[in-house]
Amino acid sequence: MKAGVVTFPGSNCDADVFHVLKNIFNIDTKMIWYKDKNIKGYDLIVLPGGFSYGDYLRSGAIARFAKVMDPIIDFAEKGGLVLGICNGFQILLESNLLPGAMKVNDNLKFVCKNTVLTVINNKTPFTNQCEKSAAIEMPVAHGEGNYYIDKEGLKELNENNQIILKYKNKKVNPNGSINNIAGICNKERNVFGLMPHPERCSEPLITPGKSDGYNIFSSIISFINKRGGKIAK
Amino acid sequence: MDWEVKIETKLKDGILDPQGKAVKTGLKSLGYNNVESVHVGKYLELVLENIEQKNKAAKMVEEMCDKLLANPVIEDYSYHIKEMEG
Repeated sequence: MKAGVVTFPGSNCDADVFHVLKNIFNIDTKMIWYKDKNIKGYDLIVLPGGFSYGDYLRSGAIARFAKVMDPIIDFAEKGGLVLGICNGFQILLESNLLPGAMKVNDNLKFVCKNTVLTVINNKTPFTNQCEKSAAIEMPVAHGEGNYYIDKEGLKELNENNQIILKYKNKKVNPNGSINNIAGICNKERNVFGLMPHPERCSEPLITPGKSDGYNIFSSIISFINKRGGKIAK
Repeated sequence: MDWEVKIETKLKDGILDPQGKAVKTGLKSLGYNNVESVHVGKYLELVLENIEQKNKAAKMVEEMCDKLLANPVIEDYSYHIKEMEG
């Protein structure tokens, strides 16, 4: 299995994701520069958190047009696994790989704290090692995580079980997202975007006793190993 | 011909605008009780050069808005195009 982590100008969680994949899971992991067009041979591409292009215009709007994105969209359309964390989620929305859009947080604040989440769907490549309905903890750090989708879109997300993670309730929802949504996947289940940062809670050294991010990465790895390291289509 | 373009984007009607809501609260607290609603949007100025017809410039602006400057999922845009003077 081979994983790639994309660095855009302004990404700042790329090294963290790299560390988790390479040093905790011993996965062959490479950094991918935002100008690279060749992304052949990967089983997983991660769009990390950060502030690509300074979040100018809208978060993720300009990164969507970086040279690396067309091959990534192609990779996703062929069934390759793409994980977008925080700013990566915003880029996936701007790329139309996932439906909906991000608005400024309800309370207009940059929110940086631990959140309690519920695993809504554990039958995906990204959550198969999580327990369904389990309450897990992961930190968030964002100013634009107020996920929005229109009524029809929301209905479709629900019908197709595309909502994977929710903030536990309205009270702990840090940004005002519709239906407390924290992470969604596409219909095909190979593209996953989430606002919380699993890479910041994947080892006991950093988050003793509560390393719930670990299961997100172990799910992906377990899925790819079972699939035999080949893209689905 | 060169064109001066002014573009405004804002959240679509019916989508709750947290910034607009906060600004409205601020204005009310200053005593402006007539303020019924506030929407915060973005304003962009562009200069387009070497385009002969206004409708071609307009078409280009709409394309730019659809592709990048506005997010059609949550935002509407409007624009004005004026021939550059001198």
